[in-house]
Amino acid sequence: MSTFLGMPSLPVFGSGNLHATESFAKAARHELGNGQLRANLGHATHTIRDKRLKVVSELPDWEQLRDAGSAIKESVMARLPELLEQFEEKFTARGGVIHWARDADEANDIVTRLIRETGETEVVKVKSMATQEIGLNEYLEEQGISAFETDLAELIVQLDHDKPSHILVPAIHKNRTEIRDIFLREMPGADPALTDDPAMLAMAARAHLRRKFLNAKVAVSGANFALADSGTLAVVESEGNGRMCLTLPDTLITVMGVEKLLPTWQDLEVFMQLLPRSSTGERMNPYTSLWTGVTEGDGPQNVHLVLLDNGRSAALADEMGRSALHCIRCSACMNVCPVYERTGGHAYGSTYPGPIGAILSPLLTGIQSEENSSLPYASSLCGACFDACPVKINIPDILVHLRSVDVDSKRGMKKVPSQMDAGMKAASWALSSGKRLGLIEKGLPIGRLAAGPDKKITKLPGIAAGWTQSRDIPAPPAQSFRSWWAKEHRSPDVKEAPAPTQQKEDQA
Amino acid sequence: MRIALFATCIVDAMYPRTAQATVSILERLGHEVVFPPAQACCGQMHVNSGYLKEALPVVANHVEAFSSDDYDVAVAPSGSCVASVKHQHPMVARSCGDTALEARAAAVGSRTYELSELLVDVLGVTDAGAQLGSYFPHRVTYHPSCHGMRLLRLGDRQSRLLRSVTGIDLAELPEADQCCGFGGTFSMKNADVSSAMLADKTASIAATGAALCTGGDASCLMHIGGGLSRQGSAVTTLHLAEILASTVDSPASVVGDVRVTTGKATR
Amino acid sequence: MSAREDILGRIRSALRDAPVAPPIPRDYRAASGLGEEALIEMLVDRLVDYKAQVSVVEAAEVPERIAELLADARSYVVPAGFDAGWLAGLDGGRRHVDSISAPLSLAELDSIDAVVTGSAVAVAETGTIILDASPDQGRRAISLVPDHHICVVNVADIAGILPEALRRIDGTRPLTMISGPSATSDIELERVEGVHGPRRLDVLIAR
Repeated sequence: MSTFLGMPSLPVFGSGNLHATESFAKAARHELGNGQLRANLGHATHTIRDKRLKVVSELPDWEQLRDAGSAIKESVMARLPELLEQFEEKFTARGGVIHWARDADEANDIVTRLIRETGETEVVKVKSMATQEIGLNEYLEEQGISAFETDLAELIVQLDHDKPSHILVPAIHKNRTEIRDIFLREMPGADPALTDDPAMLAMAARAHLRRKFLNAKVAVSGANFALADSGTLAVVESEGNGRMCLTLPDTLITVMGVEKLLPTWQDLEVFMQLLPRSSTGERMNPYTSLWTGVTEGDGPQNVHLVLLDNGRSAALADEMGRSALHCIRCSACMNVCPVYERTGGHAYGSTYPGPIGAILSPLLTGIQSEENSSLPYASSLCGACFDACPVKINIPDILVHLRSVDVDSKRGMKKVPSQMDAGMKAASWALSSGKRLGLIEKGLPIGRLAAGPDKKITKLPGIAAGWTQSRDIPAPPAQSFRSWWAKEHRSPDVKEAPAPTQQKEDQA
Repeated sequence: MRIALFATCIVDAMYPRTAQATVSILERLGHEVVFPPAQACCGQMHVNSGYLKEALPVVANHVEAFSSDDYDVAVAPSGSCVASVKHQHPMVARSCGDTALEARAAAVGSRTYELSELLVDVLGVTDAGAQLGSYFPHRVTYHPSCHGMRLLRLGDRQSRLLRSVTGIDLAELPEADQCCGFGGTFSMKNADVSSAMLADKTASIAATGAALCTGGDASCLMHIGGGLSRQGSAVTTLHLAEILASTVDSPASVVGDVRVTTGKATR
Repeated sequence: MSAREDILGRIRSALRDAPVAPPIPRDYRAASGLGEEALIEMLVDRLVDYKAQVSVVEAAEVPERIAELLADARSYVVPAGFDAGWLAGLDGGRRHVDSISAPLSLAELDSIDAVVTGSAVAVAETGTIILDASPDQGRRAISLVPDHHICVVNVADIAGILPEALRRIDGTRPLTMISGPSATSDIELERVEGVHGPRRLDVLIAR
């Protein structure tokens, strides 16, 4: 064994559906070309933003709740080993069985084995980010087990053989007419007279899934919270599909990331105020189920929990990035993100899109994994996500941190520095001295010459071409402020305030 | 009060009139303005692009340039650069292991103000028309830049100042709180998304019927103005310092198809 | 090494900088301070907002109101511990009684039109009713499978805000928090009431 006591181990990154396969910029370009997608996303994100603002403004103590939520999660991370052990003890004492999974493959194997032990070949599923992350459905299919998604949006995505594009509303990229068409095409026995009325579409889903719920022997779920002091698990949902899965089958298998713990029952009062308002913009979601191990005669009698690492310990090892693990998957950050609003979730490649995905995915997989190094750049750093985050994850700061990890990881690896590297190096030299900047500014008239009679620059080479793709640059002024100041203040009697019009011709 | 002007690199090199206007406003209020000559740039472009090592000399230069006891407060006509000075400089120093610089950077940051913050909070300007003689008879819309809004929490300081300019017709910008898409090197690395954000911003500006879009950050205004120019729009951009500095006797020059509003002034 | 040991080891290693757990600021509201009438009014408002039907009745009127609400139900189920007095005036022929010792099958539950239960506690501010599977509320399945849920809430069990309500609950019981009939926002983020859970929720607030 090569394990040395006391030696810190290297971070072990996660696997599964966490990787982008092309750079964000490239993927975004395809998505931006889809006008229907843009319209659907614009409509949906604006609807949810307004709802969220309304219900958040009702609470006089919203900021205090955010502070408490943030501190609780920080505390969970600091005490994680101890809390996991406490949870395990309580959950086990109540008849639950805990399984530990290092990565996606191990988790998939455990779930498959547990299903096989029941003799069943069909399972119903409650929407779960963790099982999406590990690619459980695809894995089970390979093993001859059919997993039926029961959340409406997940059902839409599954029927359409598509991928989720949002963590709360996975089919947010589809409008009602597209959903109607999917149902007519893919749902056995769908009424040909089905309209695109959302209420009617919901009823079609109800009819489609009713038999499945009543006959299911095994359900697979995720969990929103796990309370360490009691061994209790919680699932927050809307449609009742969660209650069906968590209550009716004999066997319940829950897959949950190790970071989902809360220390005490009291902490739930904070998170159950933060989560619904931040996610669906409701005062409370229609249904929340809580269970503590097995209750004789009520609900599943075989209760399992798979505790998943899959890169979480690696994210935890990043001191500046670890607060990304505070995420409660509410999706408020993506709903307010101007980048997400325009590209949708598929452009991020990973199960976790939007601002949180742009930090969480590379933290879980390591920044050098495939194209995930492009994700931290998928932000203008406008800060709307940080303001919306119910647990105050400073996403912009972590984005900048991960950019620096990316830049540093590539230092010295390239034979020829990139244009960006060379430009940044030159700019560092020029901008770290007033004298040097002043000298360079003496060249401004050359820029004026380049701008020509239109007094604007419309085409730049190299990486700067990105700028001139949709924007001009004005002709520079004849002289910098620095030069002007030096002239004006050379003699102490030149003290008069400059009239703002003095350089009218120069800057026009 | 002796006020050190941090012009910021973009204003220094590209928009000197914005800095001149800032000087003019402060001197009109009876304050003395100094320009620490060693200043260059806040280094935000480096930090936000992940080049912390390259940012360090830029940050160190700024801290050195503004560490003097020769002034009371420093001011910059940019929310973004002030946010960088306040929040990023100590972080860069810390992450490069320079604790002495970190402490000095924090000290500089604590006495650096964004222009509207200084005018409203420190210098007590509540009515630009009355206190500064600000006069600007045009229909204007206002874009509150993200970093001023979210990192410095400027709130309505800038729009309150604008509203108090004599003759101004301030048109509400739809979706004002949405980012214009600039984001430094984001505009180049993710040019398509940035351009899509910009297109929505310029459409919102066009919908106001304003002749000009103003704001507190020259970089965002350069981005928005560059987009308007490319689209062939007659609408232009102008920094709010220049609007505040504009007077009856010495009006700010504006280019483009600017209609002078008469009798419609909101003040 | 077991996966358990391995994962706990990785986590301990990740925390080698020994971060300190911060104190938790709990200066958010602990109670609403609302009086009984205000609590009732708020609960009604929130439930109606979720498209639940609500009536506020004197305790003596509960049996009559339940009978009205069950008028068009061909059958209904009650948990064994449900207050028999509240079922006075209802014919027993349509009634099914469920308990852990004598549970109905899922097929039986699926054929039953309505369910009548009590409740553990309600939260006025969020329009939430919490069931804790006590004998007057029964197994979780009975309040889930029938399409019409009639739920009685005693005025004394209304809490103002969530922290007050959770303090009255044993978290280790099987819990269901219900805020209106089942709903979805999955299509264009527009809320539609009525999916898999009961599509009709009637709340009787008993003084």
